[in-house]
Amino acid sequence: MKNRNNLKFMAGPYMVWAIGFILIPLFIMFYFGLTDKNGMTSLANVLSIATPEHSKALSLSISLAVAATVICLLLGYPLAAILAHMKNSSGVIIFVFILPMWMNFLLRTLAWQTLLEKTGVINTALSALHLPTINIINTSHAIVLGMVYNFLPFMVLPLYNSLTKIDENVINAAADLGANAFQTFFKIILPLTVPGIMSGITMVFVPSLTTFVISKLLGGSKILLIGNVIEEQFTQAANWHLGSGLSIILMVFIVINMLITAIFDRDREGSLL
Amino acid sequence: MSKKLIELNNISKSYGSHIVLDEFDLYIKENEFVTLLGPSGCGKTTTLRIIGGFETPDTGNVLFDGTDITNMPPNKRQLNTVFQKYALFTHMNIEDNIAFGLKIKGKSDKYIRDKIEYALRLVNLEGFGKRMPDSLSGGQQQRVAIARAIVNEPKVLLLDEPLGALDLKLRQDMQYELIRLKEELGITFVYVTHDQEEALTMSDTIVVMNQGYIQQIGTPEDIYNEPENAFVADFIGDSNIIDGIMLQDELVMFLGAKFACVDTGFGTNKPVDVVIRPEDVILTPPERGVINGVVTHLIFKGVHYEMEVKAGGYEWLVHSTTMFPVGAEVGIQVDPFNIQIMNKPASEDEEAVPLEE
Amino acid sequence: MRKGHITAMSHIKRIYTALIFIFLYAPIVTLIVLSFNKSKTRAKWGGFTFKWYASLFTNRDIMEALYTTLLIAVLSSAIATVIGVCTCLGLRKMRSGVRTVVLGVTNIPMLNADIVTGISLMLLFLSFGMRFGFGTILLSHITFNIPYVILSVMPRMKNLNVSVYEAALDLGASPFYAFFKVVMPDILPGILSGFLLAFTMSLDDFIITHFTKGAGIDTLSTKIYTEVKKGIKPEMYALSTIIFITVLILLILINRPEKETVNTDKKEPANTSVSSVVIP
Repeated sequence: MKNRNNLKFMAGPYMVWAIGFILIPLFIMFYFGLTDKNGMTSLANVLSIATPEHSKALSLSISLAVAATVICLLLGYPLAAILAHMKNSSGVIIFVFILPMWMNFLLRTLAWQTLLEKTGVINTALSALHLPTINIINTSHAIVLGMVYNFLPFMVLPLYNSLTKIDENVINAAADLGANAFQTFFKIILPLTVPGIMSGITMVFVPSLTTFVISKLLGGSKILLIGNVIEEQFTQAANWHLGSGLSIILMVFIVINMLITAIFDRDREGSLL
Repeated sequence: MSKKLIELNNISKSYGSHIVLDEFDLYIKENEFVTLLGPSGCGKTTTLRIIGGFETPDTGNVLFDGTDITNMPPNKRQLNTVFQKYALFTHMNIEDNIAFGLKIKGKSDKYIRDKIEYALRLVNLEGFGKRMPDSLSGGQQQRVAIARAIVNEPKVLLLDEPLGALDLKLRQDMQYELIRLKEELGITFVYVTHDQEEALTMSDTIVVMNQGYIQQIGTPEDIYNEPENAFVADFIGDSNIIDGIMLQDELVMFLGAKFACVDTGFGTNKPVDVVIRPEDVILTPPERGVINGVVTHLIFKGVHYEMEVKAGGYEWLVHSTTMFPVGAEVGIQVDPFNIQIMNKPASEDEEAVPLEE
Repeated sequence: MRKGHITAMSHIKRIYTALIFIFLYAPIVTLIVLSFNKSKTRAKWGGFTFKWYASLFTNRDIMEALYTTLLIAVLSSAIATVIGVCTCLGLRKMRSGVRTVVLGVTNIPMLNADIVTGISLMLLFLSFGMRFGFGTILLSHITFNIPYVILSVMPRMKNLNVSVYEAALDLGASPFYAFFKVVMPDILPGILSGFLLAFTMSLDDFIITHFTKGAGIDTLSTKIYTEVKKGIKPEMYALSTIIFITVLILLILINRPEKETVNTDKKEPANTSVSSVVIP
């Protein structure tokens, strides 16, 4: 520290750390994914995604993740807009985002079982009101609900950030030039919040696509997502090569997401935090 | 005489307990360059936003060409605004920015293309159509904002401190540009600024505002030469504002000396404020002054010397092309025509008097 | 007519926000209610009781998991904060090309799926024959915590006025003294929010711990996961309720004075650091 020129060496420990704990592990995962048990190079692990069982799990994962992302966007945009117009929204934001995180994520998700069960709170209330009951527990609908519940905040925050960045006079200018509320929204506000939308989409889609916990807790034991398949390879089947191979498939989606984020969200430090 | 285009009648507006405008009346004539001038927080921007439709007044009404538009949303009004910091649509190129209003109105492609070309030429930005707003300088963005507004052929163009973000040289150039535009377009400009020089340079009429009240309405010459109260005198340029007694018509006493003036009708022995512009103070050898003093400061300002003269217990600010060194004893004379007499406000509260023309 | 329209709109907004709140808080309320449920199964209500709160503190398994969780969270966030701040200081002096690469790598654990991060770390520890346990969990948590610290501190560093530091040197301060007296106060809010963010992330993590913990050690998250099939012990609800209520009270205390201050545009309100703790 005494010598200012030596300051740059202070980044050294982390650079070693990042290589050792971020890059090398990924490299090892790729190595496992692209070799068989005898250490021979093999594409079999990756290509096993084509088997009916795996491809079914992947396509189900994709469709549920897309559904969850779309629902999050549709629910989250109005909420973000309402919060952005609120004078002292910081307090509300803390209650929307921080506080629930301090209740364990597994317990929170499990609580939906209690709420959704055939004789659970929601159905008891519905039948008391002579309304049709909903039986979605242990179905893919419950999994989507769990995804939306857990990841909605990831959608709202980037949207909120990009909405508050819009100068109020830009919206006034649109009105001034003759645009009505709908035109102002679709021609001005929506395009200007595209970075927030993209960032929200990636932040909901990746964890939804790769989850194995939510499907386990709310989907019963019958529904397998790609995350469950991979997790089983590591914890039960001990087939690390196959698990790594399927993870490489996931990485393809994740890398696409990273690229999209990099393109649309140039100052993501602000929108993430 | 041209007719009244915009009338604000009895407008009040407050935010919480903070009163921004209080029973405010103003009319703006057709084809006039009107500037609302005042310090920040005086209500000038709020007035403009009420005309533009971005604020609704608590009381009173806004007439446009005789029609009540108080509750008409901005997108239905026949006027356009150039916003502070331009408020360009950063996701559209310059052409699309300019075409925005025309597309909303469903104009034909050919009409829009001609208009864009015309507007870009008008603001000297030919060839910039495909550029994005971020790639332009502040002055260029400013011109785009103006072009975007005027292609809609508004009867009135509202400008909210449009030059505030530009540097001095550019600001001066843009002042001439705006005057030229105003002449070419032949429409009404309502301009908001806190910069007195801008106001004096461009306006047909200046409305000086403070704390939600109009202080004075007049031509730049009126406002500069005959400020109606101490606020206006102080806000517009430098002034010597001195307590005085109006002894009788055309004779005022201040700092223990009697000065001839041209004002009448103040009564006798009435306390008044006396305003003398620094360039109107004539320094003479001591034996010829009405009162005498000593030069305490001297700065060379290029076109003139700025001096401070302690005389009669008051620090006079003097602009003169003749230099007197610090310590020199000088006499002070003022041409009767250059002494401006103003009534003292009756109490502190009425310092800001709502003023009827 | 316009006024009526506006109030109708604000009603809709209020109802909408309330519905989202109910959606987000219904499970939490459910868990709090369950912590007072006499019946051991969560399916039915067996009357009101405090007994789980009493037995919680004698439940060795849960207490041990709580201890492990807190220890991992404190250690990993503290170590990550030290490494992260040093990195930010160093990065300032580096060529921008190197900086971009380092920050790019830093983004990987944040954008990557937790399951991939977990698996890759697990394979790393396996390949090097490390014994799974407290150490591997700690290393993993430090790894995913450092990026949160860097991303909280880095923006503050960018705004740091170098001439202030140089002015301090000019006035005779030693570099060490100048750093702690002049630079530190500027970046402290970033360090603090980075630390809190890292702490929260570590506490809430399940997936990465799941893959890197090995047998014989549990954090609260992994403990709950193993209990899912057998049925969650009601003491767990009691513990979660205690944690939740504690944080709720702390947040209310922290945020109270801010509501009175006027929201100025230029000054970054202090609560950005609080709300930046929000998101994993």
